[in-house]
Amino acid sequence: MFFLVDFSVIKPDPGLIFWTTVIFATFWLLMAKFAFRPIGNALKKRETDIQNALDAAKVARAEMENLKDENVELLAKAREERSQILKEAKEARDYMVNQAKKRAKEEAALIVQNAKNDINSQKLAAIKELKNEVGNMALDIAAKVLRKELDSDQAHKDYVEKLVDEIQNN
Amino acid sequence: MKGFILFTFSIIFTLCNTNNSLATTTVQQEEGEGIELPTKPKEKEFNAGDKALSHIVDANAFHLFGDYYFHLPVMLYAPDHGWTCLSSTRKFEPVTYGDGTLAIDRYVLNHGSVFRVKDDNFPLGTHRIEGFDYKYVEDEKGKEKRILQVKFDGELYDLETKSTVDGGLFGGSLTSYYDFSITKNVFSLLVNFFILSWIFLAVARAYKKRSNMAPKGLQSFMEPIILFIQDDVAKPFLGHNYERFMPFLLSLFFFILGLNLLGQVPFFPGSANVTGNIAVTMVLAIFTFVVVNINGNRNYWRHILWMPGVPAGVKLILTPVEIASMFIKPITLMLRLFASITAGHIVIIAFVSLIFIFGNAGESLTGSGMGLLISFPLTMFMFAIELVIALVQAFVFTILTASYLGAAVEEHH
Repeated sequence: MFFLVDFSVIKPDPGLIFWTTVIFATFWLLMAKFAFRPIGNALKKRETDIQNALDAAKVARAEMENLKDENVELLAKAREERSQILKEAKEARDYMVNQAKKRAKEEAALIVQNAKNDINSQKLAAIKELKNEVGNMALDIAAKVLRKELDSDQAHKDYVEKLVDEIQNN
Repeated sequence: MKGFILFTFSIIFTLCNTNNSLATTTVQQEEGEGIELPTKPKEKEFNAGDKALSHIVDANAFHLFGDYYFHLPVMLYAPDHGWTCLSSTRKFEPVTYGDGTLAIDRYVLNHGSVFRVKDDNFPLGTHRIEGFDYKYVEDEKGKEKRILQVKFDGELYDLETKSTVDGGLFGGSLTSYYDFSITKNVFSLLVNFFILSWIFLAVARAYKKRSNMAPKGLQSFMEPIILFIQDDVAKPFLGHNYERFMPFLLSLFFFILGLNLLGQVPFFPGSANVTGNIAVTMVLAIFTFVVVNINGNRNYWRHILWMPGVPAGVKLILTPVEIASMFIKPITLMLRLFASITAGHIVIIAFVSLIFIFGNAGESLTGSGMGLLISFPLTMFMFAIELVIALVQAFVFTILTASYLGAAVEEHH
């Protein structure tokens, strides 16, 4: 059991240098082409994709925010419009009611006026007729009274007519 | 924090004590095997240092347990002979301790590692060998060096280790052969390669199939790590250039992390000290160096060669300093990873060894029990620390690479 105790790890062996060079160079080239570059590219692609997705989300959120603002605005506008419409409707109603009332009053006043006019004219006609009636009756009465006293005396007749006129004028 | 420092100190003290007990064991050792040489210290039954080293070094066969090895292909090149390729280390017909019993084309297998017989007179072809021995020789600096020997036909032949390119700086040199085998470390590199490829191809497929969907399963486990490298490592240093370098940074990070973690697994196919081998960290650092300097722009080179905005005299000092730092940066990357992982492996093995040291190498059950009591929590603690180190070292290597790259591609401002 003899062997050389030799700290040979510090003495570079050409064979090991050769094999290390070959194996490391192969590893480097192979991994660069088939592993590290594709992995690096995939990582970079994913990084940009994630960044893009985050940016897109940010944009979408901003858009949503905008949309929300718009909605609120629209709602406010709609409310305003509604109250406007309501107000207008109320005004229109009031106007119509007032108009109708006014028209009704006028009509009523006209009817009353007509009625009054009718009544007046009827009354005048009635008074006139009554006066004639009363005159005739009074003439009759007077004739009957005077027949007894005057009997067709012209003077008396004129005098009676004069009296009747006076009455009529009263 | 204070408690942590205290605990660290207590571990260091324990380690020092371990070394003492090792020294005592060495002195107490009497009987030894092999041929008697006057300067040779006696072999001992258990040596934690040897154990640790034999576990952290590379080997041609992957040690499983006991005398069982996972045999790996062998590809050897000797300039004076040419290629010797074997389908596996089993061809050496190892019996015990991973020691082969055959010599093939002057190559032998010792403790799972292939050595070559130095002597040209040793016959080529396949021959039965009689065993191994060793001798001590003094090198120029008067330092003792152990040389392995193989016994063949009643004679002892010196063996030599495979070539290393440290230029004699750490005792290695170019020898008569080069080992291009699928060693334990290369095997671990391949295991790591296939596991990681499987993971990331599956993850990439998941991204393709489930594009723009939440990650799931393995994908969701890997994604935070990938994003961590992207957002906390690449982007701060590289700015808008980050995409160009992501594959390189991710490859580095996961390759190192995978190897570190695989090395933490205490059994096959883990346990190999791959990122604790300077050849591996050197290659990774060279990759960083090359990628940084290939991508360096005009501004980067101007700052190195002729720093703008400083007086000419200072420039003369700065330029050599900057050029030196260009090389020092990858060298520190190499050493940091290598040292922390190797140290971690050694410390863990040292702690586990406490059981055997206390048990006097398996003779005393009480001693082993005591050793276990001490060793168990320490090893547990060390494994936890090692897990953190595995992650931190991979991270540090990657973030420093990113910072060097950042300096290289930075635009003038």
